[in-house]
Amino acid sequence: MRSLFPLTLTGATIRRKGKRLVGPIDLTLQDQGITIVIGPNGAGKTSLLRMMHGIARLSDGAINWGCDLDTAHAAQSFVFQQPILLRRSVRDNIAYPLRLRGIAKAMARAQADTAGTRVGLGPMLDRPATFLSGGERQKLAIARALITKPALLFLDEPCASLDGRATREIEEILRQAATSGTRLIMSTHDMGQARRLADDVLFLLKGHIHEHAPTPLFFDQPQTAEAAAFLNGDIVE
Amino acid sequence: MSDLWEGIGQALWLLVTLDADLVEITLRSLRVTLTALVIACAIALPIGAFLAVRRFRARRFTIALLNALMGLPPVVVGLIVYVLLSRSGPFGVMGLIFTPTAMIIAQVVIIVPLISSIAHQALRELWSDYHDLLISLNTTQRQRMAALLWDGRRALLTAALAGFGRAIGEVGAIMIVGGNIDHHTRVLTTAIALETGKGDFAMALGLGFVLILLAIAVNLAIHIIGRTEQEGRW
Amino acid sequence: MKSLLTGLWVALATSSAAFADDMKLAVTTSFQNSGLADVLLPAIKEDTGIDVQLLVVGTGQALRLSEAGDVDAILVHSRTAEEAFVAAGYGTHRREIMYNDFVFIGPDTDPADIKAADTASVALAKIADAKSPFVSRGDDSGTHKAELKLWAAADLTPAGNWYRKVGAGMGATLNIASGMPAYVISDRASWLNFGNKDGLALLFAGDPVLFNQYAFLPVNPAKHPHVKADLAQTLEDWLTSGTAKALIDGYEINGETLFTFNAE
Repeated sequence: MRSLFPLTLTGATIRRKGKRLVGPIDLTLQDQGITIVIGPNGAGKTSLLRMMHGIARLSDGAINWGCDLDTAHAAQSFVFQQPILLRRSVRDNIAYPLRLRGIAKAMARAQADTAGTRVGLGPMLDRPATFLSGGERQKLAIARALITKPALLFLDEPCASLDGRATREIEEILRQAATSGTRLIMSTHDMGQARRLADDVLFLLKGHIHEHAPTPLFFDQPQTAEAAAFLNGDIVE
Repeated sequence: MSDLWEGIGQALWLLVTLDADLVEITLRSLRVTLTALVIACAIALPIGAFLAVRRFRARRFTIALLNALMGLPPVVVGLIVYVLLSRSGPFGVMGLIFTPTAMIIAQVVIIVPLISSIAHQALRELWSDYHDLLISLNTTQRQRMAALLWDGRRALLTAALAGFGRAIGEVGAIMIVGGNIDHHTRVLTTAIALETGKGDFAMALGLGFVLILLAIAVNLAIHIIGRTEQEGRW
Repeated sequence: MKSLLTGLWVALATSSAAFADDMKLAVTTSFQNSGLADVLLPAIKEDTGIDVQLLVVGTGQALRLSEAGDVDAILVHSRTAEEAFVAAGYGTHRREIMYNDFVFIGPDTDPADIKAADTASVALAKIADAKSPFVSRGDDSGTHKAELKLWAAADLTPAGNWYRKVGAGMGATLNIASGMPAYVISDRASWLNFGNKDGLALLFAGDPVLFNQYAFLPVNPAKHPHVKADLAQTLEDWLTSGTAKALIDGYEINGETLFTFNAE
């Protein structure tokens, strides 16, 4: 199989009702590591991720993968800020993407059990997904996103409303996924999380990429005044 | 008032003695309406799901049409089905007029718009919950409809119940296409019409109470089945 | 859940017996409401093996159903319409079976005093003069046609607020007359068998013009090849037999004979 990467965005833009949400973006991403997208609220982080994943229609520009589009779509998953739960058991939620790919129910459920147990949902596999707490829901969403062994996983502020413990557990899961070869592109507003996870950082401002740099460099020597101010905790407009 | 008490008395008497005619009529009512319900659900539920997941040009018009058809007077449906199935009508050679099959056809026509409209409303909400996930998972149209129909099954049960209630209590259409033939096409509602015509209000009321009890029993049964089937509260 | 439904299904499906020899006969509401059908049908089944399925409708609708070929034969009571039906080729012939008579029903207080009338025309004239409420079937049935003929014979055109056409069967019309209360013309059988007589009474009867002949008409197989002409013939033979005569003449409600057999 040809690799997904490089992922290339050229002049990619999304406008809705005459308002520019993000873009034009020119960017090339290679197949290694964890990319963290940061920026003030409204900078277009969510739109950028959805645009790359292909669930928000492009108004302008192009997105190119190292392989054809169908293969690319099949090899990536997305974890939403608000986890979307199917009205089923935890096990059947995690198994669902496998069932969509025509894998037999018993086999899909067995894999879901393993995946669910790995993220710490073992005791809750039989419960309806809606019984889960916020952190557990997000773990479910991540387990479900990873069960198809995607080459690329998008996460949109997955720890936005979680407590410290749940955040730490999820970061651990994500680190393991990255170690086992899944490329992560994730947005966050938690600078600590960005420092802990990022291999490179995309700083987004007003829908544009304001700065793109590898981790120690970006945090230690931001190249732009806005990035420095943002890292400083100032309000950036 | 005396009619009412007599009717209740008569209903109880018919029930405790398991009156042969009553049992036969009741079973026929159930058979006709449940058959119609199964067929109507097989048609209407996918329509509801399709309208929820698919945006197409005539979608608004289709929804408006379904809502309008929901209010279609059953007696008009009966008349149209009669004209179609009559021996001198286009489907006359099938010999279906004045048979239970004709009654089933009329009931299907009456409840399909109702069930698909209620199903669409229920599934539309579910679809707005599921939309992003199912798009992200690259689902096909068929897979989306299947997910909605399966996960929305409790709401769909309500749609089916509404259809059942409308079909079992319907008299105008099945009187025309069934003919209320004793031991053949007589069901609870047409029997009630007949007894009223004879001025036998007590018997008519008795049958009416049986009809109400039947509707309640079927509702409860479906509710209980739905509950044991359910893996939790949604 | 699936197995439960399947079980219910089998139970329901087996509850409907298969019919060997069945034919469809459209009859008038007055015939059905009289209760005579409940006596005749089991005897027919016993003697001939025919399962007669009754469609209870007005004479007008009965004629329409047989013109469309939806029934195999009809048993109705409206001679003019029947003869036109045969003349048009829809029926093979018309066979008289029995008769009863029409009666005037009205409020037991008899505001128009029709009890004192000596002919049906006089009775109708009294009702029209008094503008007493009168309920007409208004459904093109045999009884409705007979009523219109009586008005015509009395040289009257009923119209006005007191003349109500309800467009309903005999029983329903009697219910309405009972509720208003109003005068109404009914066949004797339906009246005797009617369960809701409160406030109503039989006020006038016996005029020969009130004679009500029932006839049997098989649908013409030349028009509708699918009709069961042989079964219709068997039924006609039975209806004109001595067995039918005994049953029809012997049918009584509260000691009153309802029908007189007169097949030849």
